[in-house]
Amino acid sequence: MSHAYLLLKDDSLYEGEAIGALGISVGEVVFNTSMTGYQEILTDPSYTGQIINFTYPLLGNYGTNREDLESKKPYLRGLILKERELLPSNFRSISSLDNFLARHGVIGISNLDTRMLTRKIRNFGVLPGAIISGKTLTPTLRSRVLTQIHAFSDADVIREASCEAAYTYRSTNSNSKSPKRIVCYDFGIKTNILRCLARYDYDIRVVPHNATYEDVVALKPDGIFLSNGPGDARSIPQTIAAIRELARYYPTFGICLGQQLLALAFGGDIYKLKFGHRGANHPVKDLTTGTIQITSQNHGYNVDRDSLLGTGFQVTHVNLNDGTVEGLQHETLPIFSVQYHPEASPGPQDSMYLFDRFHKMLAERC
Amino acid sequence: MPKQAHIRKVLILGSGPIVIGQAAEFDYAGAQACLSLREEGVETVLLNSNPATIMTDADIADKVYIEPMTLEVIEMILERERPDGILPTIGGQTGLNLGMKIAQAGLLEKFNVKLLGTSLETIYRAEDREAFRNLMLEIDEPIPKSRIANSVKEAQKALKLIGLPLIIRPAYTLGGSGGGIAFNAKEFKEICERGLEASPIHQVLIEQYIGGMKEIEYEVMRDSADNCITICNMENFDPVGIHTGDSIVVAPSQTLSDREYQMLRTASIKIIRALGVEGGCNIQFALDPKSFQYYIIEVNPRVSRSSALASKATGYPIARIAAKIAIGLTLDEIPNAITQKTVAAFEPALDYVVLKIPRFPFDKFPEGNRMLGSQMKATGEVMSIDRTFEGALQKAIRSLDSLPELDRFLGQKDFWEKPTDLRLLLIFEAIRSGKSIKTIHKRTKIDMWFLQKIANIVKLEQQLNACRINSKAFTEKLKQAKRWGCTDARIAELTETTVEKIKKIRTLNRIEPTYKMVDTCAGEFEAHTPYFYSCWEVENEAVCPKLKRGEPKPEKAIVLGSGPIRIGQGIEFDYCSVHAAMALRSMGKQAIMVNNNPETVSTDFDVSDRLYFEPLDIEDVMHIYENEASACKPEFIVQFGGQTSLSLASQLAKQGIMAHAGLVDRIELASNRDRFEKLLSKLDIPYPQGKAVNTPEDAITVANQIGYPVLIRPSFVLGGRAMEIVYSEKQLKAYIAYVFKVSPDAPVLVDKYITGKEAEVDLLYDGEDVLIPGIMEHIERAGIHSGDSMAVYPTQGLTLEQIDTIVDYSTRLASAIGNRGLTNIQYVLDGKQVYVIEANPRGSRTVPFLSKITGIPMVTLATHIIYGEKLRDLGYLPGLYPESGIVAVKAPVFSFAKLTDVNTRLGPEMKSTGEVMGIDTNYPRALHKAFLAAGITVPLKGKILATIADEDKQEALTILRGFDSLGYPIIATKGTSKFLNANGIKARTVKKIASDKSNDILDLIKGKKAVLVINTPTQTPEAGQDGPLIRQTALEYNVPCLTSLDTARALLFSLRGQHQGRGLKVKTMQEYLEL
Repeated sequence: MSHAYLLLKDDSLYEGEAIGALGISVGEVVFNTSMTGYQEILTDPSYTGQIINFTYPLLGNYGTNREDLESKKPYLRGLILKERELLPSNFRSISSLDNFLARHGVIGISNLDTRMLTRKIRNFGVLPGAIISGKTLTPTLRSRVLTQIHAFSDADVIREASCEAAYTYRSTNSNSKSPKRIVCYDFGIKTNILRCLARYDYDIRVVPHNATYEDVVALKPDGIFLSNGPGDARSIPQTIAAIRELARYYPTFGICLGQQLLALAFGGDIYKLKFGHRGANHPVKDLTTGTIQITSQNHGYNVDRDSLLGTGFQVTHVNLNDGTVEGLQHETLPIFSVQYHPEASPGPQDSMYLFDRFHKMLAERC
Repeated sequence: MPKQAHIRKVLILGSGPIVIGQAAEFDYAGAQACLSLREEGVETVLLNSNPATIMTDADIADKVYIEPMTLEVIEMILERERPDGILPTIGGQTGLNLGMKIAQAGLLEKFNVKLLGTSLETIYRAEDREAFRNLMLEIDEPIPKSRIANSVKEAQKALKLIGLPLIIRPAYTLGGSGGGIAFNAKEFKEICERGLEASPIHQVLIEQYIGGMKEIEYEVMRDSADNCITICNMENFDPVGIHTGDSIVVAPSQTLSDREYQMLRTASIKIIRALGVEGGCNIQFALDPKSFQYYIIEVNPRVSRSSALASKATGYPIARIAAKIAIGLTLDEIPNAITQKTVAAFEPALDYVVLKIPRFPFDKFPEGNRMLGSQMKATGEVMSIDRTFEGALQKAIRSLDSLPELDRFLGQKDFWEKPTDLRLLLIFEAIRSGKSIKTIHKRTKIDMWFLQKIANIVKLEQQLNACRINSKAFTEKLKQAKRWGCTDARIAELTETTVEKIKKIRTLNRIEPTYKMVDTCAGEFEAHTPYFYSCWEVENEAVCPKLKRGEPKPEKAIVLGSGPIRIGQGIEFDYCSVHAAMALRSMGKQAIMVNNNPETVSTDFDVSDRLYFEPLDIEDVMHIYENEASACKPEFIVQFGGQTSLSLASQLAKQGIMAHAGLVDRIELASNRDRFEKLLSKLDIPYPQGKAVNTPEDAITVANQIGYPVLIRPSFVLGGRAMEIVYSEKQLKAYIAYVFKVSPDAPVLVDKYITGKEAEVDLLYDGEDVLIPGIMEHIERAGIHSGDSMAVYPTQGLTLEQIDTIVDYSTRLASAIGNRGLTNIQYVLDGKQVYVIEANPRGSRTVPFLSKITGIPMVTLATHIIYGEKLRDLGYLPGLYPESGIVAVKAPVFSFAKLTDVNTRLGPEMKSTGEVMGIDTNYPRALHKAFLAAGITVPLKGKILATIADEDKQEALTILRGFDSLGYPIIATKGTSKFLNANGIKARTVKKIASDKSNDILDLIKGKKAVLVINTPTQTPEAGQDGPLIRQTALEYNVPCLTSLDTARALLFSLRGQHQGRGLKVKTMQEYLEL
C-alpha cells in the first residue's frame, strides 16, 4: 500500500494511503454526507473538478456494479475516505471500489481523519487542494503542486461535463405515435434524470451546453429541460441568453444548475455557498403544499433570494436547514425549477412528484 | 400545525416493571416524553408501577401515579384528573395494550379524552395479524405468502402457489411442535403429513420461509401534516429468524447499496402513512440477499427498544419529538436541540458505525435453553460507536463486562453454527481454528461482510502475535490494532509483554485516542451535543479548554455508569448514576458520564455536561480520565454504578489515580471476610458463623463444623450469583465445584444459614452522622435473594427493640466502615437476636424505592456528602427518619415466561428482572396494589391448588385455613390433602402428574380450574420431581404460582381486606408524600 498525501491551498498537508489510480490530481475539496450511494456520486458529472471527502467512514462495502452509474465514467478529480473496504458484499457487486477507481483512473486517498477535514471545510469554506499518490513528496514537488492548486479554476467544468453532440434518449414508455418532445440541455446530466423523464411518453432529445436558441427551436420541442451540472452557471453566458428566449415560449423545468441558469436568464443572481449542500438528508419545504421532503442535494452555488425581485419568479421551496432557495416558479410563464435532485440516485425518492408536475404542465399547455 | 390548544393536560402511560423485552429504554422514552410535553406548557400526569425509574421521580411529571397499571386504576385516574389526552405510545407494548383496553372499554367517550399519537384503528391495524396483512396487500407491500391446508393435497397446492422454501406450522399445537422448514418437495411432504397429524384440528399453516434473509429495520417518524422522515436504518448481523432484541445490530446498514436503502426507506414511509401513526414507528424487513425482493416482517406503531437505540445511535431524540408530534406540532415547528439552529425535520447523517450486542441472563440460568428464536431472551444491551467496524465490535464485546465461559461449548462439534447467545464468540474461535468464513456463511447465513470483519481481527491478532515489539512493523500494526479496537492489555497478551510496555511504545509514537462528537449531521453543522466516542485519529473534539489567567478552575467528576441491564444489576443503578450527575451539576460541578447502555436515561446527553459512550473497561476509562485531566483533574464517582463501577474503582486505585482512594479500602473492608468479621467482633455486632475458604475441601470442613444448613456463595459478586443454601454434606459435595468455577480468584464464603426474617437499610454517612431513611422488612424469610423478595416499608412485623437494634448496629457499622455516602446493610432476625449478613458501601437496588417513599433524595445527599458536606447542614438529623403515614410494598417481577428450561424456584441467587411498588395508607392496601401491579391477581372466588413440601406442612396449615375461611376451596396433592383433612380443612385430592396426563394436576392448571397455585419446593434438589413441571405449567397458563409460604401469607392478608369490601383508591406520589 503506497502513501498518499492531501495538500490544501492553505499549505496544510495530510498523510494517508493511496487508493485507486496513482498520480497527482487538483480539484476543489468538498464533502458529501451521504451514507450510501458512493457509486452514483462518483459518476455524477456535477462533481467535475472536485475532490470529494466522504464523511461516512466505510466506503466500498457493497462494491460497485453495472447499474448504479449516473454517467459513463467518474468525472470527479479525486476522493478522500476513511476506511476502504477491499472485500465487498452485495449480490450486484462486480468489482471492488479500489478496482473501479483504478480502472477509471480516479486518484484517491484513504485512512484520513475525514471528520477533521469536514469540520475544517465547514468552518473555513471549500478550498482547492490536491491528492498526490505513488510519489515521494519532495519540497519541490510540494511547491509545484501548490502552484497548481493556486491556479485551479472551475471555469471550464460545464464544458467538460456536457455531451459534445446532440442525441436521442430512448423513452421506456413511448407508446403513442406522437410523444411529447422534450429538449434536454445536458450540462452534465445524471442518467437517472433521463430515466425519470423516460418513464413518460416523451421523445427526449439531449443537446449539449452550447446548443443555441435556433438549434433548440429547430427540434420543435414541447418542453425544455435544464439539467444539473458542475461549477458556476455564470460561466456560460451564451446559454443563459438562449434560455432567456426559450423559456418564454416553452414549458421549462430545471434541476440544480438548471435552476440557477433560469434565475440568471430572468435577471436574478447566484452566489457561492460557503461549503455547499452535498448529501441525502436535506429537508426542503414545498411552500405550495406545506409539506416537507427530504432531498438529495449537490450544489455549491445558490440562487440569491433578493435578486429575484422583478424576475417574475417566486420561491416555492426553501431549505429548512439554512433557509436557502430550493425551488422557483414563474408567476405567469410555465416555468419551474428546483435546486435539489428529485431524481434521487442516490438519496430519498420523496420528490419524484416533480416529474409529474412537469408532465401536467406540458399537458395543460397543449 | 401548532400545538393543539385544547390539549392542556396529558396522561402518559409508562411500561411498568422491567421484563425481558421491555427494559430501561422506556424509562428513557417516558422521561423524555414527560419533559418534552412540559416544555410545551402541557400539564403531565404519569402512570407507571415501576419505582426504579427516573420517569416516576416527582419532578419529571406534574403528577406521578405509582399505581398498578390496570383499567380500574386508569378509570380512577381519569376521574380524578380529567386529562385532555392519553399518550399510549411511549410505554412499550404495555402502554399500547393499555391504550387499546381503555378505548375498548369506552373510557375515551366517558371522559371525553383522546388517544394521542396513535388511534385505536392504527394500533389495531398494526397489531392484529390479519388486519395488518390486509393493509399490506392493500398498499401493495410484500408480506410472506401463506396458505392454510387441511390435507396433503391442499398442502401440495400451496407448494405450487408459493414455492420453496416453506415453513409449516400445525394449528393449535403448543410452540408449533410438529412443524418444520422444508427446502425440498420430499421434506415438504413429510413435514406436512407429520404436521397435519400433530394438529388436533388436522390443519397446517404453510408460509414462505424467510429465515436467513437480511434483517433490516427503519425508524420512521410522521407528523399530523403527513411529513415523514426516517431517523435511522439498522442491519442485523444475525439474519432473519432471531428476534431483533436478541440480535447483534449495526447502524447504519452496511451491505445495502443506495438502491436497496432507498427502496426500503420509501416502503417504510408508505407503511407509516397507511397506518396513520403520528409519532415514531419501527418497521422490520426481510431482504433477500440475492435480489431486491423484500418482505415486511413486523411494525411497531410506537416508540420501541429499537427507537431508543436509534436515538442514541444518531443523537436524534425520537421519544422527545414523538411526544411533541402527539400534541399536534409538526416536524418543522420543533427546534433541533443539537444544532440549536435547524429544525427536527431532517434525517441524521452518521459518520461512524454503531453496534449493539444484547446481554443475556444465562449466567443466572446456566440450565436455560440458549437457542435464540422469535422469543426475546436478552435482559439488556450494550452499544458502541467507532469509526471502524472492527473497533465498534471489539468495544461492544468489551462493554458486555463479563463474557460467558466457552469451554463447554467449544468441545461440542460445530456448536458455533447454532443460533445461540454464544455464536459471535464461537465464530471468533471457529475462525481462529481455521474454519473458512465461506463455510461459516453457508451454515449461518451471516453476511460475508460481517464475517470478514471478524476474520480481519483474528488475522491482525495473529500478525501481532508474530511481531517483535521493537520492530517498525510492530508500530504500524499497533496503529491498526488501536484503530480496530484492541486494548493494550490484549496486545500485550498477544506479544507476550506488559501493558506498560505497550503503552510506552504508544506514547513514544504518539498513538493516542481522540474523541469525536455524535452530532446527527456528520460534521456539516456546528453542534452543541457534549456526546463523545473514542477513535484513533488526528483531531480530538473533546478538548478541555485551557484556563485563562485568573479563571477559577472548574471542578469536574467522572460518574461511572453500570453498563448493560442484567439480573442483579438493573435500572436502579442507572437511576443512581443519573441522580449523581444531576446533583453534581446542581452543585456547580461538571458531570462527566461514562456508560455503554443505549437504553438508559444516563446515556441521554442532556443528563451530563459530557457523555462518553465508551466501554467500562479500565483502559477506556483511563483514557477518558487522561483526556479530561489535561485541564484539571476530575474526581471519580463510583458508588452508584453497581459492581461494575466498584471493580473499576479498585483498578483505578491500582493505577494510583483514584482520588477517593479510601473508598476502595472500605469496599474491601466490607467484602473481605476476615476483615469484616474482625470489625463486627470489635463492634460486638453478631453475624452468622462462617468462614471464607479457598478450596472445596475446606468448604466441607467448615460446613461440618458450623452445622447445616449453610449458605454458600462466592465473594465479590452482585445479585447472589451461584449462591445456594445447602442442607447436607452430600448436597455440598455436589455443588461446591461449581461455586469455585464461578469465583476462581476470590474465596468462597460458607455461612451458617439462619432461617429468620430479613430486613435491610440503605443509609447515609457523612463522616460524623448516620441518617437511616428507612428500614425495609422482607416479606419472605432469609434464603430468598433480597432482590427477589417482597419488601415493605415501614416495617410491619419488627418489635421496637429490633428496630432500635438495627438502628444502633447500622449507625455503628456504617461509621466503622467509614464510607462517606451510601451504604446498604442486610440483617437476619432470629427471635431477639439480630445478625448482620452483609454490608455494601455503595448505592443499592433499593435506593430508588426508598428515595421515592421517604422523599429523601438519597443520591443527591450522598453526592453532597462525597464533597464533604454534612447531613445536618443539608437539613437532616441523624438516626432513623420519622415515618410518614404511608406503607409501600416492593414486589419482584420475573421474566420466566420468556425463558425455557429454567428453574423458577426462588433461592439465594437472584432471578427477577424488575420490580413494582404498591403504595397506600395501610399494609393490606399496599400489598393488594403490589400484587396487582406484579400481575398476581387472584379473584374473590375460585379454587386454590396446594402442593406443600413435608417440612412446610405444619406452617402452611394456618395459611390454608385462612384461604378456606375466605371461601376458596382447596385442592391438594395426596400428601397435602391428607394432612389438611386430618387437620380439619376440607381439601379435594388431585392426582400427581399421571402417565396418561388425564385429570392430573397439570390438567387442572391447564384447564384454569385453579386461580392460584401454592407450591413449596422441598429442600433437597428436585430432579425428577413434579415441582418444576407444576410451576412451568402454571407459568405457561398464566396462573399465579407462589413458592414461598410467606408470600402466600401476605397474599391472604391482602385478600382479607378485599373480601371486606375495601376497594382500590389512588393518589399521586406528591399527595402521598404530603401525608
